[in-house]
Amino acid sequence: MTDFFRIAWLVMRKDLTIEVRSREILYTTLFFAMSCVLVFAFSFVKEGRALDDAAAGILWIAIAFSGTLALGRTFERERHAETLRALMMAPADRPAIYLGKLMGVLVLMAVVELIVVPLVGVMFQAPLLAHPFQLLALLATGTLGFAAVGTLFAAMLGRARSRDVLLPVLLYPITVPVIIAGVRGTAALFQAEVDEPMVRTWVAMLVFFDAVFVTLALWTFEPVMTE
Amino acid sequence: MSNRNFYLVLAVAVVLFALAPVLVAWAPYEATMGLVQKIFYFHVPAAMMMFVSAFVCGIGSALFLFKRSARADRLALAAAELVAVFGVVVLISGPLWARKAWGVWWVWDPRLTSTLVLWMIFLAYLLLRRYGGAGSEKLSAGVALFGMANVPFVYISVDFWRSQHPTTNVVMTLVPGMRGPFWWCVAAFVLLYVLVLTLRTRLEDQRAALEDLYLKLED
Repeated sequence: MTDFFRIAWLVMRKDLTIEVRSREILYTTLFFAMSCVLVFAFSFVKEGRALDDAAAGILWIAIAFSGTLALGRTFERERHAETLRALMMAPADRPAIYLGKLMGVLVLMAVVELIVVPLVGVMFQAPLLAHPFQLLALLATGTLGFAAVGTLFAAMLGRARSRDVLLPVLLYPITVPVIIAGVRGTAALFQAEVDEPMVRTWVAMLVFFDAVFVTLALWTFEPVMTE
Repeated sequence: MSNRNFYLVLAVAVVLFALAPVLVAWAPYEATMGLVQKIFYFHVPAAMMMFVSAFVCGIGSALFLFKRSARADRLALAAAELVAVFGVVVLISGPLWARKAWGVWWVWDPRLTSTLVLWMIFLAYLLLRRYGGAGSEKLSAGVALFGMANVPFVYISVDFWRSQHPTTNVVMTLVPGMRGPFWWCVAAFVLLYVLVLTLRTRLEDQRAALEDLYLKLED
């Protein structure tokens, strides 16, 4: 069991070391997330004021879109250097490799959110600091759900044709529950009268989703990645 | 299914479908909706088959992934195509009814949304299968498994929100005059589903057999 987590830790550290040296994925993803916020602002701002619930929607769209970009790039890098095959040949538990990859993606997305969330808060007058822990819970569980499915799909698309197109095609329909729960939960948190039971319901839904899909991904990673 | 059984089921299905319009016409009119309610005999069985097919595809994919059964994979492919086909029926007959009953073609009601999402997941499965290149059947099996796991999530969301769509409770509380024709139509759709699934799986089986023969010839 300790071996399992050690391998996951090593895989994550390897990914993050490469990323820290080039910062390619971080900078491009971050810039892309900001572009999303900008582009969507044009459709949801009327006479200088954002529409109700627009902040929550824009926030989660930015997270989902930029997350897809980060996932694609992470595995493209592995594929380019033929290192994914090397990783698969290593005498290590496949689920541990998956977990390491997932943690790497999560760290990356967390850093992006660290900048995008305050940005959305400032630009759309969202009360971020009114209930920081509930917001954190929504972001953490939502990002985990999205990344758990995304990491599996991005990894398995590594050897498919037209993978750039297929990743969003597969990922968005499956992660719809995450987007719904994230947007509705955040909207309930951002409105003038905070609807706390609503927020808790959606966090619970996300926790449940995470549990099911992380388990399922750990379970299917081995057979799916075997050629 | 043997050939004899196949033709037997086919004969029963033909009788069921031939008499269904008569039974539907005889069924009593619904008090508030009148004639438009009759699409229910077509819409609901199709939706049922769509959900059943999603589970058949998911189970076939699981058997393929964990037991390496190539036959289960061919069944999963056939079932995924049927999700797409019955999905088209549901997503066209639904808005036709909604236009009359609600005055709009589409609302973003949970049940409508979830059916659309489910349909899209299986379209994504078919897209991956078609354009993913070699080895994509394993990847799409993973997608089907995730798609199946998604069904309850999207379904639970129906209870979460206040829904505009008639609930599944309607089926259980049908007036006696409607109950008979309804289950008759369901039976017809089940048989249709089984027949098409068998045919499509058989086609895929023969394709695989042909592939094997080609490979043997080249050796």
